[in-house]
Amino acid sequence: MHSGDITIESISKIEGSAGIKVVIENNKVTDLKFYINDYRRFYSQTVKGTPITAVPAFLSRICGTCSVAHLFASLETIEKAQGITITEQTKLIRRLAYNALMIRDHALHLYFFVLPDILGLDSILDIPDDGDDLGHILLHDSFDIKKLGTDLSEATIGAAIHAPLPTIGGMLRNPDPQKFPELIDRLEAVRPQVLRGIQTFYDWQESLVRDSDYIYLRNDKQFDFLEGNIVISGGPAIPEAEFMNFLKTVVIPYSESKGYLISKTKEDYLVGALARINFNKDLLHKRTVKDTKKYLGVFPSDNVYHNNLAQAIEILQCVDDAIDILKTIKITEEKPVTAPVRAGTGVGVVEAPRGVLYHMAKIDASGKIEDYDVIVPTSQNQINIERDLKHYFNENLDKPEKELKLNAEKIIRAYDPCMSCATNFLKIDWIRV
Amino acid sequence: MTTKTNTTNTPKKLIVGWFSFTCSEDSTILLTEILNDMHDDLKQLVEFRYFKALKSKNELRDLDVAFIEGAISSESQAKRARTIRENAKYVVAIGACACTGMPSASRNKFVAQDITEEIGWYMKKFNYNDKVKKLADVIKVDDMVHGCPMNKVKFLETLFKYLQLFGVVEKEN
Repeated sequence: MHSGDITIESISKIEGSAGIKVVIENNKVTDLKFYINDYRRFYSQTVKGTPITAVPAFLSRICGTCSVAHLFASLETIEKAQGITITEQTKLIRRLAYNALMIRDHALHLYFFVLPDILGLDSILDIPDDGDDLGHILLHDSFDIKKLGTDLSEATIGAAIHAPLPTIGGMLRNPDPQKFPELIDRLEAVRPQVLRGIQTFYDWQESLVRDSDYIYLRNDKQFDFLEGNIVISGGPAIPEAEFMNFLKTVVIPYSESKGYLISKTKEDYLVGALARINFNKDLLHKRTVKDTKKYLGVFPSDNVYHNNLAQAIEILQCVDDAIDILKTIKITEEKPVTAPVRAGTGVGVVEAPRGVLYHMAKIDASGKIEDYDVIVPTSQNQINIERDLKHYFNENLDKPEKELKLNAEKIIRAYDPCMSCATNFLKIDWIRV
Repeated sequence: MTTKTNTTNTPKKLIVGWFSFTCSEDSTILLTEILNDMHDDLKQLVEFRYFKALKSKNELRDLDVAFIEGAISSESQAKRARTIRENAKYVVAIGACACTGMPSASRNKFVAQDITEEIGWYMKKFNYNDKVKKLADVIKVDDMVHGCPMNKVKFLETLFKYLQLFGVVEKEN
């Protein structure tokens, strides 16, 4: 039995910097702090007074891995504030690019960060150079999957990281359809590799079950990361613009990121692939459903490790959706939709790889930012992660400290947290601590 | 430029550390994308002795080259950068934030009224420096790979330069 402190100063194999400190007295966890310690960049303040045309590209710099999510959320926010309705072609190009984001971002998390836990290794760098070794096969699957996501991004929006082509109202340059047939072939070819990954994450028998609410975007017409209403655990649809009314901001004095609770219940909640698959699996692509029936039976699930399996299934969803779009889209040479600059407020909510991402912009009559706010998934998951860890430690204090630490890291990694995102914005209902 | 690898019995590897300070970590992400194509080759040539994004068992000692992305926001980060410098023969600044401070140093342009009560609280609570610094303001930097994210070609050229410098690969005439 333990007593005293257990500390992990810097959790590895995540994006950014975070740690935990656990205080144990008389075989009970008396205090547990999960803290995010990336330094803030205060971009919400920086963009004030900036012309709207410069804002989306700047805010894509919030995050290296999900820059496309911030870019598209910011574009949607500004377009709504300016009364701009994008064309069906732009919608499809964004959807295609977003599939690419999910493919490469989920694959990075699942294979580079989580797979070593499954294999009992410290790192992908320790996977043997043996073509018959399952770890070797899966790692090389991941290179093909990630590269396909990157190439699909480049073909549609110019780059996977800080894409240069999307702009307010449309695209600065439309994709070249001549590149599509090769991408379709590669997407078809990668499906068996994606399915091998799904089987691997399905077979992993780790479990941490804790009752929690879920928040996600739902579009009743299709499985969608970009359009829809916000829903809390199967409840009524909440329009994007009203989302903030349902959240309570919490200052966490030992963390550089604030947290959130559901304002009505004061309870924590989870966002991300687990929430999406739990509540939107009926909307998945037919082909994805056909090939993942066995795995989809797991959901709905309150096991946080199933966030990994949910991400693996979403990769296949994005592959299948991308194939459909590439086969059917007719690219015409259209210009971005424009409108006279006006004062207004817009809200854009998308599903980032890690969950619901909210952008809000207030714009003045000259087209400059008066106020900007962002709520990122990792901040929303922060309290949930902390409570999961508390639950885990209390249930497992008989285990050796080394095992406790490793499993704590595994739980945190299951959420796929991104600390770079979590520490960029600062807009709170200020409560002095 | 063509190369051949060192042909001694125990292949020499370049001992590398990869570190991140204040930034979006886009260059780390780009490096993971480079591994899509080059993992098998780099594994023969490079020992990643410190790379927190990819491994938990990290050692900060006897590095040939430390690649550092991100700007310096606090004295604790500056101290950490100095420790890295003491344990690396060469230091390469990676990406815009390390090379120039920007965009992470955007807050350096804040005037007094921009430092709201909330911002001031966080800066004080977590011991921020008044100004965000580029890496060369804190430690000696031997090379820079600019870009946001880093320029991939320039990074590979720089890595190659050090592979040659440490005799891991040889120039062919």
